[in-house]
Order: sequence, then C-alpha cells, then structure tokens
Amino acid sequence: MNNREKSIDPASLKMIAKAYSENVEICWDRYEAQQPQCGFGELGTCCRNCLQGPCRINPFGEPKTGICGASADTIVARNLLRSVTGGAATHVDHAFEAVEILQMAAEGSVPYDIKDEVKLYAIAAQLGIDGDGKDKYALAKELTQVIFADFGPSGGETMKYLLAMAPAERVEAWRSLGILPKSPDQEIRRSLHESTMGVDADPVNLLLNTAKMGLVDCYSGLKLGTDIQDIVFGTPAPVKSEANLGVLERDKVNIVVHGHVPFLSEKIVEWARRLEPEAIAAGAAGIQLAGLCCTGNEVLMRQGVAPAGNYLSQELALISGATDLIVVDVQCIMPSLPQVASCYHTRVVTTHAIGKIPGAEHIPFEPETADEDAARIVRMGIEAFARRDKAKIDIPSDKSEIWGGFSVEAIVGALATLDADNPLKPLVDNIAAGNILGAVGIVGCNNTRFTQDKVIVGLAKELLRQNVLLVVTGCAAHALGKAGLMNPDGAKKYAGHGLSAVLTAVGEAAGLGGPLPPVLHMGSCVDNARIGDLLAALADYLGVAIKDLPAAASAPELNHEKALSIGTWAVDLGLLTHIGMAPNVLGSPLVTKVLTEDLESLVGGKFYVEPDPVQAAEVIVSHIKAKRAALGI
Amino acid sequence: MKRVLVRLERCLGCHTCELACAVAHSKAGTLPGAVLGGERPPIYIKVEQGGNLRFPAQCRHCTDAACIHACMSGALHRNEESGVVLCDQNKCVGCWMCVMTCPFGAISESLTHKAAKCDLCYDIGDPRCAAACPTGALSYEEVGSYDQTRRKEFIVNYLISEMKGAM
Repeated sequence: MNNREKSIDPASLKMIAKAYSENVEICWDRYEAQQPQCGFGELGTCCRNCLQGPCRINPFGEPKTGICGASADTIVARNLLRSVTGGAATHVDHAFEAVEILQMAAEGSVPYDIKDEVKLYAIAAQLGIDGDGKDKYALAKELTQVIFADFGPSGGETMKYLLAMAPAERVEAWRSLGILPKSPDQEIRRSLHESTMGVDADPVNLLLNTAKMGLVDCYSGLKLGTDIQDIVFGTPAPVKSEANLGVLERDKVNIVVHGHVPFLSEKIVEWARRLEPEAIAAGAAGIQLAGLCCTGNEVLMRQGVAPAGNYLSQELALISGATDLIVVDVQCIMPSLPQVASCYHTRVVTTHAIGKIPGAEHIPFEPETADEDAARIVRMGIEAFARRDKAKIDIPSDKSEIWGGFSVEAIVGALATLDADNPLKPLVDNIAAGNILGAVGIVGCNNTRFTQDKVIVGLAKELLRQNVLLVVTGCAAHALGKAGLMNPDGAKKYAGHGLSAVLTAVGEAAGLGGPLPPVLHMGSCVDNARIGDLLAALADYLGVAIKDLPAAASAPELNHEKALSIGTWAVDLGLLTHIGMAPNVLGSPLVTKVLTEDLESLVGGKFYVEPDPVQAAEVIVSHIKAKRAALGI
Repeated sequence: MKRVLVRLERCLGCHTCELACAVAHSKAGTLPGAVLGGERPPIYIKVEQGGNLRFPAQCRHCTDAACIHACMSGALHRNEESGVVLCDQNKCVGCWMCVMTCPFGAISESLTHKAAKCDLCYDIGDPRCAAACPTGALSYEEVGSYDQTRRKEFIVNYLISEMKGAM
C-alpha cells in the first residue's frame, strides 16, 4: 500500500511520511497487518452468539447451517440487528446523559445553564407541555421528567418523543409495519434478547426490528441529543474557522478535544480561554484549541474552534509533535493513541467512566465538578508544553477556511432575509425552477478501506457540479472542509451555475458579503437529526412526504456501527441511502435483497452500495430527477 | 521448486483458504461478486480436523505422483515447465483411480463428474490459499527455504529450552 492510497489530504500525507521516518506505527500499518480479513466475517455468516460456535456458513457449499440449525439468512439478520443496536445504544446513552445534565442544570447543581430558552419552550410545546408563566428552570425540570418517562416502563405505549417530533405521515407508515418503538431501553434489551441463540430465526422479523432500531436511534438518540444540547449550550449560528492539521500552532499550547459529547469539550474550551494567562506565563503565546471527529464538530458549531481533522487524522495530530494534550470522552477514539503519544511529549487524557485506555491518564470528568476537572486538564496541557521536543515538531501548513453552524434555525434565518413570512419559499422556488436540482446529506466516517476523504470529496464535487445542494455532518464534514468546499469560494469553484447563483443571492441578502458555502455544515453525527428536521420542514411546506422529496442520503466512507443505525433511520425516513461499501450482510441473498430492493416498497427508502464516487453521483442524480418528475417539476 | 507448505501448529481452522480457493476459481474473481452472482466455484483445499490437529489438505503435487501412475486415460499429467500436476478435463473418464490412490484425499469430483484437483493457481499467479492464510500456516515458498526455517525453529524451540533446563 503506497502512501497515495492512504489519503488525499496533503496534511495527512505529510504526517504519514513523518510517522514512517520516526518508526511510529499508525492505523494504515495495522490495516495492512490485518490483511487478509476473514471472508466469513465479511459476509456476516460467522455466528459467535453461543459457545457451541463459532459457526460459519460456507457460501459455496456445505455447511449451510450452524450447529443449532440457524441458516445464513438468520445469522446475517441477527448480526445486523446486533450492529444496529450497538449504534443506537451509543446515541441513546449520549442523549440520556444530555437529559441528566439538563435536569441537574435546572436544579442548579452543576455548572451548566440553559442558553437557548426559545428552543426549550419550543420543544416543551411540541411535547404538549404548557410553558406559560413558568420560568425556564421549572419548565426544563418538567421537560426532563416527560423525557425520562420515555425511558421507563412503557405500558405498551410508543415513545412520546417520536410521536411529538416525527412527521405524521411517517408515524402512520411505521405504525402499519408494526415498528413504532416503545421505551428505548426496552427496545435495546429486546433486540439483544431476540438475536441471541434460540430466539428469533425469522430473517424478515429480525429485519423489521432492525428498522425499528433505526427509529430508536433517532428519536431517543440523535434528535433528543441535539435538541437538549441546543437548549443547554445554545443553537448554532454561522461561524467561520479553519480546518486541518495546519491549525495547530508552534508557539501555543495545543489542546486537542476528541470524542463526541460536548459536556466535556465545552468546559475545556471555556477553561482554555480562562487559563490563557497561565499558558503565557509558562512561555507559550497562548492556548490553541483544535477538535477531532464529532467533538471537533460540536465545538466548531457553537464555539468556532478549529477542526483539526477526522477519524483517520487522530494519530496524525500527535505525529506533528505539537499536540501537548489530547482529551477524549467516548466513541471513535483509537486505543493506539497512548502508544503514538509515547513517541512524543503528548499527554493523553481519558475522562469517561466507560472510555478508559491503557497507557492514558484518566481524570474522571463529572458534571458536578466540571469546572475543576476541566481546569485541571487544561493545566496538564500547559505543563506538557514545557516538555516539548522541538526537533520532533513539524506542523503541516495545510488548512482551509471552513464555515460551520448551519442549524435548521440558522438556515431558516438566512432564508428569512429573502422572505420573512415564508422562509422556505425561496428555497422551494429555486428547487422548482431547477436552479437547485435537489439536496443530499453527506455524512459518516472515515475507513481505512478507503483512501481517506477520496469518496466523500469525489462524490461532493460531482453532485455540486450538477447543482445539488449539500448538507453535511460528522467526519464527512471535516473531509469537505479540509478540501475547501465549505466556504464562499467553494460556491464559485465547485457549484454549478444555478446553485451558485442561489447561494450568492442568499449569502448577500443575509449580509455575508458573498455566497453561502455550497456545503452546509449541520454538525456532529447526532446532529443528523437536523437534516431530518430540515427535510421534514420542506416536506411539510410542500404538503408531500419526505420520501417524495428530490433528496438522498450518503455515507461514502462508513465505518462505525453508528453509521449503520443512522443509515437505517435514513431509510426509514424514506431516503435513498448510498453507502460506499456493503455492511457484513452479503452472505444472505435474502437480507441483501431486502435492504437494497424490498425496503423501498415498505418505507420508501433503501440502501444503495457503490464505492465509486462518480458512479454513485450518477445514480443519486437520476434518483433525484425521478423524484422531481413525480412531483411534476 | 516452490510449493504450498504447511506449518500445522499455526492452523486455526478458519477456512479462509477454502474461500480464497473458491474465489480464485470463480468467474467474478471477488468474494462479494461470486456470492452475489450465486456461483458455486470448486474448492480444492479442505481444512480437516483429527484429534486436536487441523490440517489444510490439498494436492501436494508429488514428484512421484500416484495419481498420474494410476490414470488410465492420461488425463492426469505433469506440466513440465512448472512441475504442477494437472487434470485434463477432456481426457478424464471419471474412473476415480486417482481418488483411490491419492494418499491425501486431495482429488474430488467436479460438477461434471470428472476428477477435480488443485492447479496451484498456475494460470492466475501464486496460489491464493497461501496468500490468504492469516496466520502463515500456509506459505508458498521454496522447499529449500522451508527446511531451513524448520531447522532454526528446532534450535530455538527445542535445543535452547533443553539447554536452559540443563543449566
């Protein structure tokens, strides 16, 4: 594997070369060492759910069943349900923590507050809670009680948050399939029960419950998490920053925040700003903050902190020799970080009770002591600055201007400058006129199986050229930011004529002094809920279902179980969902067919697998054109 | 002479060699392609277990091959250039003498009821089973280099531990 196959990002390539010159093992070395990977695992036909196994089904002959009698269809469907449940569990756990923090903030027992009162009252109203005459803390307490009730014994009731937030048309579609979820904790428990040895062997039943788990993921995870985090930390508004490893600074204390939950990173940002004088006293020019992965997105969206890179860049941030401290919470954190850090002066700090890594320093980060914990971690970074090995510092110069902060509220706000009474009208009019062909959400991860960012950027350029408006989240957002697609220049360079003209008109009316970026950053992976909200608002305005919109979703370089659960929800919403590689299901022709064909007649959406970005763009564009034709535009 | 050689103690019984063999002899040439195409390509290597030992069994391409001696139609022959033992499907009459004489059970029946056996991937490159083996239990190497590594392993694993015991 030569370096050109590892990444298209120039900063990554420089750091990969540096890693080799310094004999530091990084993820691409481990990827090569793992080849060849197990074909049974790849096909999803390996079952390890009981101790008679592992059993493997031979796609080319015998054996055709496991020892218990489970077929390839059963094994593949059980494994898929377990993966999607794993993905949903991360988001539900994340969102639950958010609700706990809001409750404590409302009680005044933690150093967090309620920054977006408007959103608090709006969410409460959607849940049928009367906010009249109540102060924000009392209302927040009431809101958290209603949400906590969703997590308790369901009494057979569908989760309230879903019923309040999902489009009515979708709720009816899901009800008719029998996939409306009850309490999220119950559903997660049930799916592990269902997929264990000797329970559900019907692949279709398993797949329907997988579709249900996609709804758990969104309405007790993504959507709930985003809403509550907006209430606590504020709803993002457009903000300008810079992206890529070039944001690290030679003369400053570089503190990198990594992971997913903003309760840690927001406090680190706050204390890095407050303790800047201590950094200067220690001989630094200040403190430079940078973010990785979704934590990077969270602090970009709300605080304008520079994103340093996506999943495959995390080790490379340390290879620069300039990262003084990296602090992490949960998800997508490579356990190799302490090993890489040991080649430099970098300190690795874990903070979460379920996210410990051998070789890292663990500082428990608790909501009650968030200020003390954050200050302590920032001071550890300042201490580390003094121990730098200057000979090992080499920061790549690459960075691009990136705009973040495009919450639904911010997008509607920008459009309202054109039509205050009907903010969505200008957007819909331009879609109808063909200036905007349609919209695609590009989301998801990096994956060592793909050249870093190559499919994401290739697909985005191809779609923009054909006047497709892009909204992005997650590691895909980092990729497009690094590649220079997420600033006003990107509109001139990459957007087709029609799209470029619309972006310029909106940007100028909103007082941005130039076009809107052609790729709108909607946030972290949990913020995929924002994309769902935007689609729901558009569908509502047009009086059609989401599945009828000229829109699609794509996770070009998917990796995590979370990508599978988010993708399942996208398909549930009715979207054509492109993925750059097949998940581990090809060992079952039945499961493969349901996911890529039959689901469309049930929920409106389906998965489409294509690793080539140009080919994928072609299919997505023809899908969008078919939807336009059906709408008569 | 290069052959697929086995380090028995490394075989975990994962059957990856079997899948690689099938893919090597499929029309699609890739695992997803062959599976999605509903192909049933032949598999010329089989992992068998006896007691605690697992053994990936395939044609050893013997220098003095019993199957060639036994073949009455001349279907089984040796490719002079590579030394690989091959079966000419046009000449095979399906008498199964080769199946009975092969001491390794390495010859099986094809879908067309002819003798089917490992061709060492001679027409597509190096044997795919060895390239796919995740533990190095299978390797495609010179017989001379294999015996040298075996001698070294003997020194490290046996002689040195014996000497330590004596000290």
